Amino acid sequence: MAFRYEVRLSGSGGQGLILVGKVLAEAAAIYDGLNATQSQSYGPEARGGASRSEVIISDGDIDYPKAENIDIMLALTQEACDKYVVDLKEGGILLVDSQMVTNIPKGNYRVVALPIIQSAVERLGKFLVSNIIALGIITKLSGVVSEDSVKHAIRARVPKGTEEINIKAFYTGIELAVNWLEKHGSLL
Amino acid sequence: MEKKPNPNVRMWQGNVACAEGAIAAGCRFFAGYPITPSSEIAEVLALRFPVVGGHFIQMEDEIAAMGAVIGGSLGGAKTMTATSGPGFSLKQENIGFAAMAEVPCVIVNVQRGGPSTGLPTHAAQSDVMQARWGTHGDHPIIVLSPSSVRETYDLTVRAFNLAEKYRMPVILLSDEIIGHLTEKIEIPDPSTIEIIDRKKPIDTPENYLPYKMDDSDIPAMANFGEGYRYHVTGLAHDETGFPTNDPEKIRAQMLRLNRKIQRFRDDIVEVETFNTDDMDVLVISFGSTARSVKRAVINAREKGVKAGLLRLKTIWPFPDKEIEALYKPVRKIVVAEMNLGQIAHEVEWATRREKPVVRVNKIDGEPITPIEIYEAIIS
Repeated sequence: MAFRYEVRLSGSGGQGLILVGKVLAEAAAIYDGLNATQSQSYGPEARGGASRSEVIISDGDIDYPKAENIDIMLALTQEACDKYVVDLKEGGILLVDSQMVTNIPKGNYRVVALPIIQSAVERLGKFLVSNIIALGIITKLSGVVSEDSVKHAIRARVPKGTEEINIKAFYTGIELAVNWLEKHGSLL
Repeated sequence: MEKKPNPNVRMWQGNVACAEGAIAAGCRFFAGYPITPSSEIAEVLALRFPVVGGHFIQMEDEIAAMGAVIGGSLGGAKTMTATSGPGFSLKQENIGFAAMAEVPCVIVNVQRGGPSTGLPTHAAQSDVMQARWGTHGDHPIIVLSPSSVRETYDLTVRAFNLAEKYRMPVILLSDEIIGHLTEKIEIPDPSTIEIIDRKKPIDTPENYLPYKMDDSDIPAMANFGEGYRYHVTGLAHDETGFPTNDPEKIRAQMLRLNRKIQRFRDDIVEVETFNTDDMDVLVISFGSTARSVKRAVINAREKGVKAGLLRLKTIWPFPDKEIEALYKPVRKIVVAEMNLGQIAHEVEWATRREKPVVRVNKIDGEPITPIEIYEAIIS
């Protein structure tokens, strides 16, 4: 039986979640030799509004490309968290920004609350790289793709000249996840 | 260690695969007007055409874009436009002109929710009938529908080949889910891709008849600018291309125009079957929804219900013969589509209502899930 791992990245339009989805899917499909799909759902607004990007990773065929039994979900806004948490599977991981999402919806899943946006601003001086910090956390928590592959995929995908700050952001995310795991124990 | 990925393996969106497929097919002219969820096709071609020697033009609206596509094709180029529901509505008049004047071209419709501006960023499959009958009059049309990124590439190439071979507009009917889905694609070696070009005249310019009646039913097409001067009109015309009111000539040309589809139907229609050999329940679908059906069929089989999938890669001409070859032994037929039953109606007609047809429909912009189809299969 082929494994199927589902990731939902949610927040508001303009936070770069579609890019993160594409990087994650490319890491899995191009560098790790797995199969992956990435899809998105957003409103007509260019900025704002609840938006989501989904990645399915598998070692077999991916027929239905949308998430329905989610292994890990990221929520960068309260609205997105409330709206999209419904498809998170029992025992799945809910990763939230600890400042933006203060009201954790009740459910049978494991919650990881980390200062994603705050770390982007304070440690890297750039709010914009919050998405890549989140990608680092997801890479570490899920273990579904290798760190090396994600790093290659980031370099190949982000705008020229921003590679270094994005790689820094990625490792900031890895570090946040490692610290969390040391404190709370493994999620796998 | 530096990883060396296979350079032919890419993660592409359906819309990117469509643009690249068009280039592979020899398309070198695109005219369009941006509209979600098709805009990436225009964006990619605007970047890629200067590199491969093509021309991209953003027109003032969709009507003009379709006109430019017809003009480009008459000049000898393989031409394409891409749009979604509202733009597809606007293009209908000129699509009829292309059918009547027998101008090969490809129109991509990445479907979104309608009617009117509807749901710009959400999927639908509700332009099935518009693709067939959106323009007036008895006209031939070919409509293809891809279910994956790779198939978007392949069917875009095929759309050009069929347009060139049969001298008519061909519609690639994608949807927002496939257009915006990013998945793995191994780009085929260009030398393995079959490319068909339109039949050129062997007659001298003086003897050339642009709408000549002969055994092939497909007149040779001269490019403008190569010494062949002829008249192109949307009016009913005779072999010379000039308008006529002679009923006999009109009848002959109109029957030939529509015979192109009837006669070559088996060359045009393509379907894919999955688990249909021993099935009790036949599920018919197309485009993105067919992926949900595949999952539902697998799930039903795991529970001991013998379900099978017929996926329509060609929608028009309708695959009635293919359905007829499959439906007799089944208990019931399920038709899953993101509209209110446009294909189901055709299925009922093709099966003479001999079997119950269960419709699974959705028109809220959300995909039909495997579980919704599974429930219809086992109920």
